[in-house]
Amino acid sequence: MKTLGVIFSNIHDKEINELTSLRTLASIPFGGRYRLIDFVLSNMVNSGIGRVGVITKTNYQSLMDHLGSGKHWDLSRKNGGLMLLPPYGVGDRSLYKSRFDAICGIRNFLSRSDEDYVVMSDCDTVCNFNFADAVEKHVEKNADITVIVHKTDAGKLCKQMRTAVEYDKDMRVTKVSNSDKLTGEKSVLTNMFVVSRRFLLRLIENADELGYTSFSRDVLVRGCKDYHIYAYVYDGYFASIDSLANYYARSLELLDKNKRDELFRKDGADIYTKVRDSAPASFARTAKVRNSLIADGCEIEGEVSGSILFRGVKVKKGAVITDSIVFQDSEVGEDSRLNCVIADKQVQILGGRLLSGHPTHPYYIAKNTVI
Amino acid sequence: MKKKKCVAMLLAGGQGTRLYALTSKVTKPAVSFGAKYRIIDFPLSNCTNSGIDTVGVLTQYQPLVLNEHIGNGEPWDLDRAYGGVHTLSPYQAKSGAEWYKGTANAIYQNLHFLEEYDSEHVLILSGDHIYKMDYSEMLREHEENDADCTIGVIDVPPEEASRFGIMDFAADKRITSFEEKPKKPKSNHASMGIYIFRKRVLIDELTGDEKNPASSNDFGKNVIPAMLAEGKRLFAYKFKGYWKDVGTVTSLWEANMDLLGENPVLSLGGAGDRIYSRNKPFPPTFIGQNAAVENCIMTTGCEIYGKVSDSVIGEGVVVGEGAVVQNSVIMAGAAIGKNARVRFGMIDENAVVGEGAELGDDASDKTNIVLVGRGSCIPAKAKIASGTIVD
Repeated sequence: MKTLGVIFSNIHDKEINELTSLRTLASIPFGGRYRLIDFVLSNMVNSGIGRVGVITKTNYQSLMDHLGSGKHWDLSRKNGGLMLLPPYGVGDRSLYKSRFDAICGIRNFLSRSDEDYVVMSDCDTVCNFNFADAVEKHVEKNADITVIVHKTDAGKLCKQMRTAVEYDKDMRVTKVSNSDKLTGEKSVLTNMFVVSRRFLLRLIENADELGYTSFSRDVLVRGCKDYHIYAYVYDGYFASIDSLANYYARSLELLDKNKRDELFRKDGADIYTKVRDSAPASFARTAKVRNSLIADGCEIEGEVSGSILFRGVKVKKGAVITDSIVFQDSEVGEDSRLNCVIADKQVQILGGRLLSGHPTHPYYIAKNTVI
Repeated sequence: MKKKKCVAMLLAGGQGTRLYALTSKVTKPAVSFGAKYRIIDFPLSNCTNSGIDTVGVLTQYQPLVLNEHIGNGEPWDLDRAYGGVHTLSPYQAKSGAEWYKGTANAIYQNLHFLEEYDSEHVLILSGDHIYKMDYSEMLREHEENDADCTIGVIDVPPEEASRFGIMDFAADKRITSFEEKPKKPKSNHASMGIYIFRKRVLIDELTGDEKNPASSNDFGKNVIPAMLAEGKRLFAYKFKGYWKDVGTVTSLWEANMDLLGENPVLSLGGAGDRIYSRNKPFPPTFIGQNAAVENCIMTTGCEIYGKVSDSVIGEGVVVGEGAVVQNSVIMAGAAIGKNARVRFGMIDENAVVGEGAELGDDASDKTNIVLVGRGSCIPAKAKIASGTIVD
């Protein structure tokens, strides 16, 4: 089945504004060496999708730097491959305000492609999911849209607005509701969709006539009787990143072997990222590292536990890092202590500093800060 | 045809018999080194870091792993529209087919490759040394001296001199004598097996050497002495950095250990002289709750639950709960079972050490390393004495 991939790189930027002040949601570092977009991009590639468009809006320099030609995801292709879709056009439409706007903005990209189906996804979806089966079901049902849902206890979700999906035995969607007051086990939208390309183009063409502005409200909620919308349940590991506290919790969750294996070690479905050619991590004789994920290029002389260190982090003698996340190339000075901290890139914590947050309120240190 | 100043030829066909099990299935340059590299990554990365973008890699013995590793050269930035990396294996020609007989013959058989590029000079490298070097410095001296050939030279301990090509040179570095593996070395100026030739001279010399039936077609034994006898301009280029021949099990182990410590003798960091390799898409390394890791280097994808000290740990290695690894080199994909103990071991790629097995003993040291070959399995609870080779 020839399928096209479309990734929305900015859509939920506002929800984690600490981490997105200098980057898109897509380029938020995650899991010690990845960026959020690596997961959806690798999933698409692992599902046999060979042409992927990435819709960008603002702050996308770091994303461009990360993606390059797409070669690290095997997407540097003559035919297809990776295509960045920055804002384009005149007037209001050029800087899109909603998902529907964003889709309208890539009309040319969609109409020039020859794939029959489109997989659309946001970037805040950390999972290892093969779209091929969902696309197959989509074709079987002759659906217009297939929404990928994940069953979860809605009461435990963060404050953010969620879209719950109800469907019948045949998986045909009967009701879609946007609410921030969901409780009990619900099938929640993952913001991953399979759509027939022609259907999508028809929606765009008729958008003005129909008065559509929102994909979720106008197409899914109001359209679920008129259109053939089906649900597909994904029940594997799924982390949706929608707040700093939730980013913190979902990150440290990877210290659990089962979760880690489910995300990274599915047969033949590796998660790819930009190669940085760092030297291996070095552990000094004074190093004490426990229950932690350590990326290449780290130089550890102090103590680290319950934490994630990204590439090239330096931990000096006597420093103690507990339950924290330290991004690329940051440095923790001698005898400093970090507890429940998220330190962004190239942060320098000098000697003897004491910094602590709380698991529900991790202390965030912005990029390039010197403390 | 665009002009290239210098094209490199990398001799990577060596069997490396003194590495025993480590080279029974792969050629020496493809042997793992320093957790995430293979030996050949060093000369290849040096080329890139020195601005040389055309490299012919001459392969012969067990080339599969090496060829796959090199691929299109992308990890070293050697996927070029004009130039880039090319593997050159022995081939059949009109006059017949033959294996590479010696280092000089290997280059001779690939003169057509050199002729494709309009380069003035040819850099000849071998794939069995660990070092970081800026070849452009050497090339500059070569041109300044208007040399026919420049040889990379390093001073070695006098007792080891008889393993190398040993030379003497005048104050202006012009070489006056050269002896390959002399019984009584006259100096400790050893050839690093790195040569820059003026291409025209190289072609003449190799063609002449081929015509001599008594020649064993080797640079050190035949070509260099013949050039000296002809009065050609040969110069030494003195190199002062880290350089190690890793042709034996002990020297390979030592070179790995040189990466450890507070100020390692060989540093892999640094911006301008980074070593590149082909990376596997592994998540970061996980260090377990009861694990201890001291004085080690380790790369991605490992799961460490035991105690590891003074060791070099490759990609995706698993060290089980209660296992102890000391003074060892564990290569990519190897698994050390629960409660196993490894002392002074070199465990090759994808080998499996069973639960409770004991490799090495109190007599273990760097002269009697336990070698476990690629993909070999050590049964649970087995006891393997120091110095044993398991293939």
